[in-house]
Amino acid sequence: MRLTQGAFSFLPDLTDQQISAQVEHALGQGWAVSLEFTDDPHPRNTYWEMWGMPMFDLKDAAGVMAELREARKAHPECYIRVNAFDSTRGWETVRLSFIVHRPSVEPGFHLDRIEEKGRFQRYAVRRKSA
Amino acid sequence: MNTHPSPTPEVEPIVPAARLDLAEMYRESEIGPLLAELDRDLIGLKPVKNRIREIAAYLLVAKAREKLGLETSTPTLHMAFTGNPGTGKTTVALRMAGILHRLGYVRKGHLVSVTRDDLVGQYIGHTAPKTKEVLKRAMGGVLFIDEAYYLYRPENEKDYGQEAIEILLQVMENQRDDLVVILAGYADRMQTFFSANPGFRSRIAHHIDFPDYEDRELLEIAEVIAANEGYRFDEGAKAALADYVVARRTQPDFANARSIRNAFDRARLRQAIRLFEAGGEVDAEALSTITAAEIRASRVLGGTAP
Repeated sequence: MRLTQGAFSFLPDLTDQQISAQVEHALGQGWAVSLEFTDDPHPRNTYWEMWGMPMFDLKDAAGVMAELREARKAHPECYIRVNAFDSTRGWETVRLSFIVHRPSVEPGFHLDRIEEKGRFQRYAVRRKSA
Repeated sequence: MNTHPSPTPEVEPIVPAARLDLAEMYRESEIGPLLAELDRDLIGLKPVKNRIREIAAYLLVAKAREKLGLETSTPTLHMAFTGNPGTGKTTVALRMAGILHRLGYVRKGHLVSVTRDDLVGQYIGHTAPKTKEVLKRAMGGVLFIDEAYYLYRPENEKDYGQEAIEILLQVMENQRDDLVVILAGYADRMQTFFSANPGFRSRIAHHIDFPDYEDRELLEIAEVIAANEGYRFDEGAKAALADYVVARRTQPDFANARSIRNAFDRARLRQAIRLFEAGGEVDAEALSTITAAEIRASRVLGGTAP
């Protein structure tokens, strides 16, 4: 099941050229771009592993693309996303985040129904194992 | 999933008889004004300017060849600037970034100026991230490594400089489209550096040697520096400055234009204290004139001031 998190996730996967153009836009806005990866894409898992430090002071997307190549080589079976952080006062948050790499098989999630006292029902999202 | 190959840029069909107007390309690149500015702003440096003109012409022709499908690979653009201190290596590197940007060989045209400390780490595992970080910042522009020979310390085999050199060489080779590296340093020490690191020599296409300035050129530079700061030398000061240049050249640590700039800064201090101690009213003329006394007070000319 295709993971849909962040921007562009309902579109076909971005090509490297398109990723580069998005990063170029983020840098143009003065945002600091960083890469993160995870093997646990649960929607509640907001803390993905950092791939190196956020890249401050970049002028060109080539640096990010080089890191992305490295990250893909090191973690071919993980999800990798690009984050662009806006440090402007009042924002101080990630302004753009999108997935740039997916594992070969996306197992998706399973919905568990948990029966509680008095036929009360709760739900849990569980990751399917690949 | 990410198997989409990045689409190759569309190649325009080449008509065998296609013709390109070089003069037109020259105008479009707006390189002319930049070269003229270089000529005007930088005093002396004739051989350097000639080399830059050659490189600019070569790059323009390479662009034309590329358009006609005669050439497919990007020309190597890494350079080495050798010359004594204060001969304008950094200034020219800055201009070079502009020229390469106009010609479309670097995308952003900024200059990242670094020395050994910015590239080499303090402990094991520190160097690679540090060097990569600098390289990433320089991408799309020009990386200027001042006093590059410090990267290589033959006397210490555990030195981390070697690691930085290896990463640099790799990027210089594989990401030629992304950045241009300029190594700078004194001629003799760069020579030793290159003979110890043949990888560098073969990856550098253009060696530019910066000659020392002549006395006359240094005087001109002094006047330009002063004019930029809103000062001028009176006739006596000019004569004193001519003596100063001759005397300073024979002393150790002579750094061409940089020595002149420092001399100007000190003369400016002495002028300030002279006006301050004289008291009374001053006019713009007095505030902006540097006299012979301020230059003659220098220790270089047997004066007492530092």
